[in-house]
Amino acid sequence: MSIATLLTAVISLLFLMPIVLTITNSFMSPTEFTANYGAIFATTKSGGRQFVSELVNLKFIPDIVSFNQYGTVLFRSPEYLLKFWNSVILVVPIMLFQLAIAALAGYGFYRYKGKIRGVIFFAYIILMLMPYQVTLVPNYLVTSKLGILDTYWAIWLPGIFSPFSVYLITKYMNRIPVSCIEAAQIDGAGEWKVFTRICLPLCKGIIMSTGILVFIDYWNMVEQPLILLSDPEKYPLSVYLSKINSGEVSLAFAVATIYLIPTLLVFLYGEEYLVEGITYQGGVKQ
Amino acid sequence: MREKSTEKKNKRVRQKYSKHQLRAKWGSTFFLIPSVAGASLFFFAPYIVVIYYSFLDNPIGKQFVAFRNYASVVKNSAFKQAVTNTGVFSAIAVPLAVLLSLLLALLLDNKIPFRTQFRSFLLSPMMVPVASIVLIWQVLFDYNGAINVLITRFGGAKIDWLKSSYAIVVIVILFLWKNIGYNMILFMAALSSVPQDIIEVARLESAGRFRIFFIIKLRYLVSTIVFVTIMSLINSFKIFREIYLLTTDYPYESIYMLQHFMNNKFKSLDYQTLSAAAVLMSLVMIVLIVLLFKAEEHFSKDLES
Repeated sequence: MSIATLLTAVISLLFLMPIVLTITNSFMSPTEFTANYGAIFATTKSGGRQFVSELVNLKFIPDIVSFNQYGTVLFRSPEYLLKFWNSVILVVPIMLFQLAIAALAGYGFYRYKGKIRGVIFFAYIILMLMPYQVTLVPNYLVTSKLGILDTYWAIWLPGIFSPFSVYLITKYMNRIPVSCIEAAQIDGAGEWKVFTRICLPLCKGIIMSTGILVFIDYWNMVEQPLILLSDPEKYPLSVYLSKINSGEVSLAFAVATIYLIPTLLVFLYGEEYLVEGITYQGGVKQ
Repeated sequence: MREKSTEKKNKRVRQKYSKHQLRAKWGSTFFLIPSVAGASLFFFAPYIVVIYYSFLDNPIGKQFVAFRNYASVVKNSAFKQAVTNTGVFSAIAVPLAVLLSLLLALLLDNKIPFRTQFRSFLLSPMMVPVASIVLIWQVLFDYNGAINVLITRFGGAKIDWLKSSYAIVVIVILFLWKNIGYNMILFMAALSSVPQDIIEVARLESAGRFRIFFIIKLRYLVSTIVFVTIMSLINSFKIFREIYLLTTDYPYESIYMLQHFMNNKFKSLDYQTLSAAAVLMSLVMIVLIVLLFKAEEHFSKDLES
């Protein structure tokens, strides 16, 4: 085994460690959890720290594998599954509609050669790259003006019109040779037919890739719900998970593992698409 | 005679074609309408309102105060602190992220076993929900956490990672862990675009690995390096989410970032200061992005010649 292999192995295992820790520790019984991590998380009723142990005992494999935590999360405390469902309700429409609108816009940018094309596209890039704290105020302003604060529309609508997918799909479409389109047009195909019969099938891959990136991004959203939703009942699990109080922290790993499952599945089945999506992001120039 | 008929035919095709072009011009705008309308309503129009607010006394009284909000933002000591901290953080984290991900990409560029598995492992941080990242980081870096246990086992003194000047180290590690996989993919793609025949020739001329890297590969990587740098810089502005969940509204002072400032202004309903800060921040971002365009253009031209 060469040094390169060894080095890569060590580094990549270090990178994997947090996921492994999350999953294996989710099978720890509450008692064992407190014994191992009590030094950090355990609190007394009055809020002070309860020193079960002085130091943390980082464990990859629990002494006794217990499904206790999952039992609690799945059957005894319905709020977690409800929040999981909230996440699904929030993310899936954003993903689908963002992709649909972006595919249309991508084709529009590809075909439209007007003067302001460059300006609009540049504005999209800027918007895409802005940190959320800059778009926060405009976002808040418009959602409160429209009276959709504290409803899912406040997250759906800005999400659907987010420029990220447009950017990626446009970049890909620009590679389609114009001759393909011209040939179809000479055969009498209209814009719509060219779009649905030629461009969409060619863009299947990049649409999948973009979908995966959008999904991962919104599945882990924190800021938007915190600011635009005031009713904690409506929070997605990503926010709720971060607010788990210290009394229930032993559940957190089990909840996190359940929350990880969709992304894990997406990742396992779509890793090639994910990699392709990232590759296409490279080089901001169209 | 024959020539004439083809000319006629050509002319007809051209006429038909230009009609198509005309139709395409108008047809294509319809495809753009949903997206442009939505983005204008939810992002561009309100952004103009924010610019307007940044020049007002307050959003209700609507008294024009010119640049007074900007002046008060720039003079604000919390703002200055936040700018310095964000700058320091980016100056440490971004070069490290670029360098380490390039090194990893080069390592994976070798023919090593389990290459795809290693790549997946390095990408895995992208999937982990922020909340469980925070949990793990607490287990590792708490005063009684795993890292300190390790340190004391080797006879060192405990470090209060999150509540001392070491806080920035913790955040930099978190940033690197989260972003390196993404950057590495970009570098791997760039490395695979280096023409193999040039490298073969260099090998035949018995050029060493380092020479091949610095003289050949680096030239093809430059524009990706620029892109990764800017992406990392932008992502370094997004680290707030993790810091916030790890340490709440008012963290140790060295990790009080620009976004904390803005978040706290938002909570205290200080919209005019917030608007001015947002406009300032977006101006900086625009300058950075334009620089990216210029740099990329410059380097890709260099490659062609």
